[in-house]
Amino acid sequence: MTDTTRRTLLKGSIALGTLSAAGLLSPRLLLADWPEAAFTAKEMEKALQDLVGTAQPTASDKIKIKAPDIAENGAVVPITVESDLEEIESISILASGNATPLVASFQLGEGAIGFVSTRIKMGKTADVIAVVKTAEGVYSTSKNVKVTIGGCGG
Amino acid sequence: MASSIKIRAKLRGDLVEVKALISHPMETGLRKDKKTGELIPAHFIQEVVAKANGKTVMTALWSGGVSKNPYIAFKFKGANKGDEVELSWKDNKGETGSTTAKIK
Repeated sequence: MTDTTRRTLLKGSIALGTLSAAGLLSPRLLLADWPEAAFTAKEMEKALQDLVGTAQPTASDKIKIKAPDIAENGAVVPITVESDLEEIESISILASGNATPLVASFQLGEGAIGFVSTRIKMGKTADVIAVVKTAEGVYSTSKNVKVTIGGCGG
Repeated sequence: MASSIKIRAKLRGDLVEVKALISHPMETGLRKDKKTGELIPAHFIQEVVAKANGKTVMTALWSGGVSKNPYIAFKFKGANKGDEVELSWKDNKGETGSTTAKIK
């Protein structure tokens, strides 16, 4: 684990080479636990494999996604994920149609309950997938969101 | 950058509800400048850490896929009115911001 993290970090340093050269980034500032491979993965399966150790989470009705059926502006899509699964370690949000599907991963600490809310960008109409990792396993549910105007620019 | 975060923490029953807004461009690095046609460099928050009474209650790991001026909300148990919640962030350029709020 330590080794792969180190690899990831090294790769990240190369990618950010220009910044480092400009002295804007010192190695100390690079985040040790930001899962670069998962965040830069272009396929959802690879992102999940890297992030939670499985590409095939178990479908669960104990996870609820609150998101609009139709998002007029893909740049700002409000997403709330709630789950009453026990011993939740993390809640991650993915958008299947985005260039890099993994959007955010919330690591729950002491006392935190299964609830997170944020706003994400969606490039096009796609499924929003919420993945909950517990001490028991990895679970997910999804919801389709229609996007009228894509929010990934370009 | 002290004012980069607006935060509210409220006790309801035994749950503390935290809601925060952070001022940040959240550039993915995939967007092109409309005038020059060149890519706008990536500039986004990678990590947000929330602490209460010295304990980390939540760590959010983000990509550029989180909307500009990000909103985040979460809930936790184990704190009381008057306790402080500290929220801090770091982006991919090494910039940081943090603030604290008393639980109401």
